[in-house]
Amino acid sequence: METILNWIQSHIDIIYIVILSVFLGIEVIGRVPSVLHTPLMSGAIAINGVVIIGAIIVMGKVEPGNYVALIIGFLAVILGTLNVVGGFVVTDRMLEMFKKKK
Amino acid sequence: MELSLLTVCYLIGSLTFIIGLKMLSHPDSARKGNLVAAVGMTIAILGTIFLYEEEGKKLGNYSWIFGGLFLGTVIGVLAAKKVKMTAMPEMVSLFNGMGGACAALISVNEFGHISKMLTVSTADIPGWHTTIIVSPEESVNMIGMVITIFLGLIIGTVSFAGSMIAWGKLNGKVKDFAFPGQQVFNLILLAGTLITAGYLAFNLTANNVILFYIIAIASLIYGVLFVLPIGGADMPVVISLLNSFTGVAAACGGFLYDNQVMLTGGILVGAAGTLLTILMCKAMNRSLTNVLIGSFGGNKSSASAAQTGPQGNYKEISLSDAAVCMCYANKVIIVPGYGLAVAQAQHVCHELEKLLEEKGVNVSYAIHPVAGRMPGHMNVLLAEADVSYDKLQEMEQANDEFKTTDVVLVLGANDVVNPAAKTDASSPIYGMPILEVEQAKTVIVNKRSMKPGYAGIENELFFQPKTSMLFGDAKAALQKLVAEIKSL
Repeated sequence: METILNWIQSHIDIIYIVILSVFLGIEVIGRVPSVLHTPLMSGAIAINGVVIIGAIIVMGKVEPGNYVALIIGFLAVILGTLNVVGGFVVTDRMLEMFKKKK
Repeated sequence: MELSLLTVCYLIGSLTFIIGLKMLSHPDSARKGNLVAAVGMTIAILGTIFLYEEEGKKLGNYSWIFGGLFLGTVIGVLAAKKVKMTAMPEMVSLFNGMGGACAALISVNEFGHISKMLTVSTADIPGWHTTIIVSPEESVNMIGMVITIFLGLIIGTVSFAGSMIAWGKLNGKVKDFAFPGQQVFNLILLAGTLITAGYLAFNLTANNVILFYIIAIASLIYGVLFVLPIGGADMPVVISLLNSFTGVAAACGGFLYDNQVMLTGGILVGAAGTLLTILMCKAMNRSLTNVLIGSFGGNKSSASAAQTGPQGNYKEISLSDAAVCMCYANKVIIVPGYGLAVAQAQHVCHELEKLLEEKGVNVSYAIHPVAGRMPGHMNVLLAEADVSYDKLQEMEQANDEFKTTDVVLVLGANDVVNPAAKTDASSPIYGMPILEVEQAKTVIVNKRSMKPGYAGIENELFFQPKTSMLFGDAKAALQKLVAEIKSL
């Protein structure tokens, strides 16, 4: 029990971030018109490409001789980049359509 | 100095994500919002590459990192630029799956590190943490870390597998599939996976490392089975849900590396994605659990079997009659649906609209919130064909207009104009807001056949006296209609 409390204590800032982010995420898109559901989802998908940062860190820490880890990390970087770049470009293309005639 | 600079980069990144999402939810600022988030992401990525250090050591393997970034960017841009507007939803699903896979691969590599530590230590002592670490506090930290790795693996893999199936369903390569007792099997599989992961987190030894890969495979199977029974028309909701899964998987990475931008970005998307999923469900008058368990898809056959509605008489309309009817109307409203998207008829539809406008007919479009394959899909499609933004009417607005409308042309829409949603309490779509096209003087429905729509139920609208049917593929039918009107 005490160890768990200690764990919470030492990760308290992260726990705060999580709780506040949950409410922020809900608040921030609360009043979106249904027309924008698809672009918003697509934009959100681009944002969850932040996972690329984890992939970069993993990749950068792999010792040069470890080819299995290098290849897995390399794949992760490619996939993460696809998510980020593709996501933002597709979203932009969708929104471009909306703007043209506004 | 450099590390604190990195913190600032991450701060900027988190801020732009929040502002970007906020701006994305308003039509005027949406495009800028997307750009803002993209800039923030770039800053965070570059910051990580050049400034990140752990225990005083910078990251290595730059050539691999830049190679991956380069390849991913080239493929991503090409794919995103080349994809047809109609295929956009499945593209989005594909990208989401990539993110999930990325999160899962991170977990695989991180677990590789840990399992190495296990093999060098005396592995046969039970209770894995005692083999590497002494203090109980550290062991709690290690268990926390392993749990995070497992969560990242499971959620990421489910998101990846699910997104791939959703992608396949949207482009028609994967058909609906369900076997009896699938829901129960899915639940058992999920529970089994989670229990195994929980057990492994506390009892990891060099001997049961293999369980990690079994968990990965089980998650993969679960992701596939989770999405398979759900009907193609529900995919938007599923993708939105998987989007929030990927967000949570990314947040697991944030936990692992104590990385604020991954944490805020991931949780933000996780929460926003969940809300968005619920909003989409609401637009279809379904509950999230209903979609989650996939009972709509599963019960679809029984719903249509139970429905023994009278196959009344419908009447067909000839092309020339339809042409005359529309030409001499004062006001025409077009209701586009799934059929228009499938047939890619948006351009010829716009042509028809222009032609009628030249003849002095007032033409507009009525867009149901869930028309097409995704909420807002019709707007994007029609915008691609240069249809003016102010010709599109939202449902409430359109429902006021129908009373004064002479002709409503329904193009491949079915359930969203089914009056049973208002009148028949036993109907599966009862309570769903619909476009009340039956209030117009005449309704012309273009469909390929009399087959029921996605919900698998008859539409009494088609049998009403003021309704007439114009059978055929939306694009072909509209082309003929345009030719007919030109020759009038």
